[in-house]
Amino acid sequence: MTTSIVCLIERLKMKIAIASGKGGTGKTTVATNLAKYLSENRKVVLVDLDVEEPNSGLFLNGSLMNQKEMFKKIPNWESENCTLCGKCQSVCNFNAIMKLGENIMVFPELCHSCYACSELCPTQSLPMIPMKMGMLTEYKVEQLGFVGSKLDIGQEQAVPLIAQTLDYVDEMYSDDYLKLYDAPPGTSCPVIEATKDADFIFLVTEPTPFGLHDMKLAVETMRELKKPMAVIINRYGIGDAEVEAYCKVEGIDIIANFPNQRYIAELYSQGKLIYPHVPEFKAELLKAADYCKHLVKEN
Amino acid sequence: MKIAFTTKGIDWDSKMDPRFGRTEFILVYDVEKEDFTHVDNRSIADQAHGAGPKTAQLLFDLKPDVLITGNGPGGNAATVLEKANLKIYIGAGDMTVKAAYEAYKNGNLKEG
Repeated sequence: MTTSIVCLIERLKMKIAIASGKGGTGKTTVATNLAKYLSENRKVVLVDLDVEEPNSGLFLNGSLMNQKEMFKKIPNWESENCTLCGKCQSVCNFNAIMKLGENIMVFPELCHSCYACSELCPTQSLPMIPMKMGMLTEYKVEQLGFVGSKLDIGQEQAVPLIAQTLDYVDEMYSDDYLKLYDAPPGTSCPVIEATKDADFIFLVTEPTPFGLHDMKLAVETMRELKKPMAVIINRYGIGDAEVEAYCKVEGIDIIANFPNQRYIAELYSQGKLIYPHVPEFKAELLKAADYCKHLVKEN
Repeated sequence: MKIAFTTKGIDWDSKMDPRFGRTEFILVYDVEKEDFTHVDNRSIADQAHGAGPKTAQLLFDLKPDVLITGNGPGGNAATVLEKANLKIYIGAGDMTVKAAYEAYKNGNLKEG
């Protein structure tokens, strides 16, 4: 059975983002285990896009293939020809550039690198210069490709780093690869950036009122983005049955229920993958893989 | 001397606004003239980013000698306020404007 599923997935050229509303529901657990399992029989690259607190790499011990400093562009004020007209601050949506008396002040952490101030400056006094924002690392974990980026301390903008990381993956990994994205939690800009390019979304939740509340926000967000999605319940057995009831009403598939077990938490705390050690977990992981088979059929 | 307060209203009995960047009003008291002026800052709620430096810019233009506020400005706002050359006092977030002014005069507010 396993082989036939994997054969079908092999034909699937797809980008799947693993997201959630609530943090700490098990996105990384699902992403790392699913990616490693699938990579036993096909080309897979896992991309950690939770650049503010990346942790997929903790569970994957591989060999370092590449390390790259990542830069964003910010405006740099050159006072010589500046007429202090204030156009730059009036076009900035983020209050990242300001006229203060006789000076123009730039706040690099607030800058979204949109180039508006630089392009619209009548005296070309704001050329864009590179500023380091983080680091991308690429590993090979047996057959699995793994790319992850980490934002530098003090940097506030995750979006440019997520965008550049995805560009890197698209450049380095052909469409033969199934691309799995470990997305940030929540429903704000970084999540949009990490999911807008995906063909399908797996929403990981826990079966609690809090998990359901935040999952609803994630469902609404993904509907706004017109993304097809399915739900994975983690720590199944705690809480209540409200997540299942909600998914039934909304017509959202629940594709796996990963059990709540102390031993799983112990393995996690040791930085180990779960499925090689817990058969009940692996059985659910196979269901997630099986779901991909249905996706192929529908396509 | 001019003293700026971050406030939720426009007179002595108004409550202070503990927030700096997202303060609803800035009240400026001219000690010599015993006169109040105010700036309505409520449109700051529409700003998703950079409320701190934006409000700091407003203060830069108002040129008060002293700022009395609650939690104190954050990093970006502080960078702007350094250029405005004013003294900052914090910890008045739960007071009325009147009580904050008294506390300032009696030396009971912390320098920010």
